[in-house]
Amino acid sequence: MDAQVKKKKLGLKPRYQAMTRGLDWQTSYQDMDKVFPYDKYEGIKIHDWDKWEDPFRLTMDAYWKYQGEKEKKLYAVIDAFAQNSGQLGISDARYVNALKLFIQGVSPLEYCAHRGFAHAGRHFTGVGARVASQMQSIDELRHYQTQAHTISNYNKYFNGMHKSNHWFDRVWYLSVPKSFFEDAMTGGPFEFLIAVSFSFEYVLTNLLFVPFMSGAAHNGDMSTVTFGFSAQSDESRHMTLGIECIKFILEQDPANVAIVQRWIDKWFWRGYRLLSIVAMMQDYMLPKRVMSWKEAWEMYAESNGGALFKDLARYGIRPPKGWEDACEGKDHISHQAWNTFYNYNAAAPFHTWTPNAEEMEWLTEKYPDTFAKYYKPRFEYYGEQHKQGKRFYNTTLPMLCQTCQIPMVFHEPGDPGSICYRETDHQDVKYHFCSDHCKEIFTNEPEKYVQAWLPVHQIYQGNCFPEGTDPTVEGFDPLAAVLDYYEIEVGKDNFDFADSEDRKNFREWKGGVEEEVSP
Amino acid sequence: MSLTTLTDYPVVAKDVRDNFPAPLIYIGWDDHLMFCAPVCLPLPAETPFGALQAEILGGVYGAHPDFAKIDWNTVTWLKSGQPFSPNQALSLAENGLGHKDVIRFKTPGLKGIGGSRA
Amino acid sequence: MSNVFIAFQANEDSRPIVDSILADNPEAEAVYSPGLVKIDSPNRLVVNRETIEEEIGRDFDLQEIHLNLVTLSGHIDEDDDQLTLSWEH
Repeated sequence: MDAQVKKKKLGLKPRYQAMTRGLDWQTSYQDMDKVFPYDKYEGIKIHDWDKWEDPFRLTMDAYWKYQGEKEKKLYAVIDAFAQNSGQLGISDARYVNALKLFIQGVSPLEYCAHRGFAHAGRHFTGVGARVASQMQSIDELRHYQTQAHTISNYNKYFNGMHKSNHWFDRVWYLSVPKSFFEDAMTGGPFEFLIAVSFSFEYVLTNLLFVPFMSGAAHNGDMSTVTFGFSAQSDESRHMTLGIECIKFILEQDPANVAIVQRWIDKWFWRGYRLLSIVAMMQDYMLPKRVMSWKEAWEMYAESNGGALFKDLARYGIRPPKGWEDACEGKDHISHQAWNTFYNYNAAAPFHTWTPNAEEMEWLTEKYPDTFAKYYKPRFEYYGEQHKQGKRFYNTTLPMLCQTCQIPMVFHEPGDPGSICYRETDHQDVKYHFCSDHCKEIFTNEPEKYVQAWLPVHQIYQGNCFPEGTDPTVEGFDPLAAVLDYYEIEVGKDNFDFADSEDRKNFREWKGGVEEEVSP
Repeated sequence: MSLTTLTDYPVVAKDVRDNFPAPLIYIGWDDHLMFCAPVCLPLPAETPFGALQAEILGGVYGAHPDFAKIDWNTVTWLKSGQPFSPNQALSLAENGLGHKDVIRFKTPGLKGIGGSRA
Repeated sequence: MSNVFIAFQANEDSRPIVDSILADNPEAEAVYSPGLVKIDSPNRLVVNRETIEEEIGRDFDLQEIHLNLVTLSGHIDEDDDQLTLSWEH
């Protein structure tokens, strides 16, 4: 009998060619521009889609194979975690509040990204870009699902996770991630790619997934670190798509450069503002800390972003306009964001607290120029007040930035003791902004942002009360009505961690061992 | 229109005056960032400016230890970042304050908790 | 000159990959944090299939690194034998 000859497989490069070229067709009885209405109107000129190349050269067959293996690994861990009561092994119950923010504010973005890439993939006329978008669309759906599955185990034991989808569409701070993504999805497919693949995935996403997930590992949360790194293994492909798409667009036509630059300016800043919440999670919400936000910013944004923009200079692309202000903000934004949620914790379905003495020391050491001078005194004061039974809650609704929708908490660059105020008029109405960059985003496209659903204004317009509410009856309590509309369980989901059911339960489950919290 | 779109569509500004029961006024207290951001309040246009100080600001800022120490004779105001001298006896409207105007007050000598501007 | 980097989950699948990279890239440095190993290298970093195969004693498809890859930077070029990260063009 003849020796079995191993059938020779195509090499990676020809295989990629075979699986991503010539799969499309030119329409005959309908105009191509009618079938693909979105791939020209943004002004981006593409002359040769065949120049699009996925550097990993991943094809759909290999994609399914590796994704299947990732899923098997992940679900084995999730099962083991639940079977072994892994929720009892976390550093302390404060940590779970980071997961609450994750399921409330990050996971829904995965779902938005799934929809966004499905849309972009449908509307590009180039096959390479369509295949890459299709894979990413499926990845993002997988991320949403694996996060929901992982965190559902915590939802059995802790408050603040039971209505996350309902909250995403209503609760004040969740309008920040929601409006970010809706802004991206209502751009055309090219702007969407520059917004999400390049500015967010390539430049900023490491800051979300890498140090934070390392932090989850450090805090004993085996299931989150596994979904996080499993998602991040897709993320490295997404980042590659991000850098590929920008090179491709810039090389296709010199007229694309100015359009792309404006999108980079816009989306870097929008992404940076969105990450304020991640900065706070890292510095305040991980009881055991891996690195500070500032260190992560220096490692993943400054050095890596610096290399990237040095490289893109050959196309005439410069670093985003907000770059220097963002770098200056590394000493401040985590503290400013934490103070915001401490202020408004009555209306937020997760817990905040004042850092304990050891944490204050860590913050002082990591932020030698700013923490002791500007932030520590207020947290110490809060702690003292709380000990006397006077936990500080801000009871007046804040002024919001029209663009990023974050309360106007950010400082004037170079002057950390002052709030940065910017404003402009559009058709006889005043609009306010947290920064020059949010203002510029608005003035470039005012018609888009005058439509913003700002939670504070919506409350004052009477649109955030349960149906049938009569705000004119005597003794009407607007805050209670808003919380009712949010479906927040008052006294369980909200308020200080020190006074929470989560804390009490966790202590009982652990046999009465007290974690170190203030006050 | 500055928007790049395939077709025209009606743009509806969400926060015009008519959508609110009263005009919105934004108020900030400089050097007191314990209150994380300026606040937003719907205030009837006929509210006397003096009532802000006498009846409203206490409810907003009273939790701060500096609030009771304010010498209101020395307080100065800014409107849209420019010096502003309100007449306490006149209404907000008569003082030129309209929908979505932003005013800030400075309290000389008071620099927040432990002088931290918070 | 700018660094490129590649990071993997710190587990037994990644260990021979990390060892191979460190062997093939003398200027590369590995930094460990909980659950994660990040390798930085000035300007350029190469992952060779053959070195990994010698290390693990079996055939290895370079795309298997996707299972434990966490993040990377630089321009990527991949074929059946090697994956290169660089800021060169």
